[in-house]
Amino acid sequence: MIETRNLVKRFGPFTAVAGVSFKVERGEVLGFLGPNGAGKSTTMKMITGFLTPTEGTAIVCGHDVTSDALAVKEKVGYLPEGAPAYPDMTPAGFLRFIAEVRGIPAEKRKARIDEVAAMVHLEGVMHQSIETLSKGYKRRVGLAQAVLHDPDVLIMDEPTDGLDPNQKHEVRALIQSMAARKAIILSTHILEEVDAVCTRAIVINRGSIVADGTPDQLRSRSRYYNAVAITIAAVSQPGAVRDEIARLPGVDEVEDAGSASGRASFTVIPKRGRTVVEEVSRHARAKGWAVDELRVEGGRLDEVFRTITAGGGGGAR
Amino acid sequence: MSRTLAIFKRELGGYFATPVAYVFIVIFLFVTGVFTFQLGNFFDRGQADLRPFFDFHPWLYLFLIPAISMRLWAEERKQGTIELLMTLPVPMAAAVTGKFLAAWAFAGVALALTFPIWITVNVLGDPDNGVILASYVGSLLMAGGFLAVGSCVSALTKNQVIAFVVTVVLCFGLLISGYPPVMGFFSAWAPQAVLDAVAGFSFLTHFDAISRGVIDLRDLVFFGSLIAVFLFANAVVIEQKKA
Repeated sequence: MIETRNLVKRFGPFTAVAGVSFKVERGEVLGFLGPNGAGKSTTMKMITGFLTPTEGTAIVCGHDVTSDALAVKEKVGYLPEGAPAYPDMTPAGFLRFIAEVRGIPAEKRKARIDEVAAMVHLEGVMHQSIETLSKGYKRRVGLAQAVLHDPDVLIMDEPTDGLDPNQKHEVRALIQSMAARKAIILSTHILEEVDAVCTRAIVINRGSIVADGTPDQLRSRSRYYNAVAITIAAVSQPGAVRDEIARLPGVDEVEDAGSASGRASFTVIPKRGRTVVEEVSRHARAKGWAVDELRVEGGRLDEVFRTITAGGGGGAR
Repeated sequence: MSRTLAIFKRELGGYFATPVAYVFIVIFLFVTGVFTFQLGNFFDRGQADLRPFFDFHPWLYLFLIPAISMRLWAEERKQGTIELLMTLPVPMAAAVTGKFLAAWAFAGVALALTFPIWITVNVLGDPDNGVILASYVGSLLMAGGFLAVGSCVSALTKNQVIAFVVTVVLCFGLLISGYPPVMGFFSAWAPQAVLDAVAGFSFLTHFDAISRGVIDLRDLVFFGSLIAVFLFANAVVIEQKKA
């Protein structure tokens, strides 16, 4: 439902987005990851028709954004970064305005506004001016605005930025509840969010896609994927134990994960594409070590993120 | 059309959502009163017309109209709502005209609230109400011209103060373009055709013509095309400056 074809955006000599192509289908929740200034927002602004691409185009529900931006805007619900809204208006007035502009028939307007307000829990503040609302409520007003016309495509720039953990949870639950019926793109730099809501993640760095896959696929790129965390009690010489594990055939490296006073904790990193948990546990049993904990790690998204975007950052948003 | 209307309603409501509208209207009425009665010698002239009232309008508008127009786009930019507005399914022309018409309607409301002075002059004497009506039309057209300039300038910046000052300066230039300082600047080197063209841009000349009671097609075309040109420039500026 969303397709970008070699999207490029240059601001003078600076290239913010350097040829981004991907597709998002109904039912998918695509997480946009990347350091600040990587080009996430700029890409979204091009898909939503706010910025004109320097090259390439985006097709949303069959409409080309460079030739028929108005049709695209009708199909898309968009939450810009920071959830801007008119501060003098009340949420009720603001949503009524959006409903009018979106062409929701007058007789359905009130019912739809009430429905969406209930969905994002705005009921208590509908008649209070937006400038007096807390950040969490402002964000909800922005969300309500984006989903008011029940769009097929939903694009959200950092929807949970600056919210408290409860609010984040609510917003994520809301996104999940809509996920099956829509194609959703959201940008974030909170990695746990990718696990919580996204079916797929794209990592952008310096304007280009550097990784594209499900959260699990991304995680498998981590050196910690299938690593074994082991804690052994009553160890007199942690160094010797560590060397011993490191000599096992499947092991690439052993990291010290905080050994102290007779306890040794290591992270055993396997050679690429291998699993070592069996090997390690067999060896521990053979040696009669008092194993307190033995756990297989699923890989660390933050580590993957850092590895593939290292040296990035900087630049304009 | 319904979208222009939605933008128009929101914008006009925006003036009244804050004290801006009320402060503006009160000051407008107060100052028109002071000018008419103190400086214009409304009573001493002993004539039943609104000449002293309308004569001050260009100068009053010079400072008050930019105060209405300065927020039109600068505020959107400042609040970031321009990104919201420009990603709603609203054609650029609808957004620009909707906002402009709201500001113009607001100026119209302020102008209409000067009606007591019209009643006064009708009670005191027997004025030519046709001339007065023409003057009101001329005044409203002039306000529209100022507003179009102001709206365009407002789109250039996110700072309302800059928008205000630049609009005042530009409007001042348009106001007196047929008069000595401006003409002196051009007459030294420019050919007569250019001089005529510059003089033709003077708001004062066109407003004077209308407020004498003659609504000439040329004056209507002047204000109409001035508004159209600046609104078009307004749309171009927004398109260019979104990034």
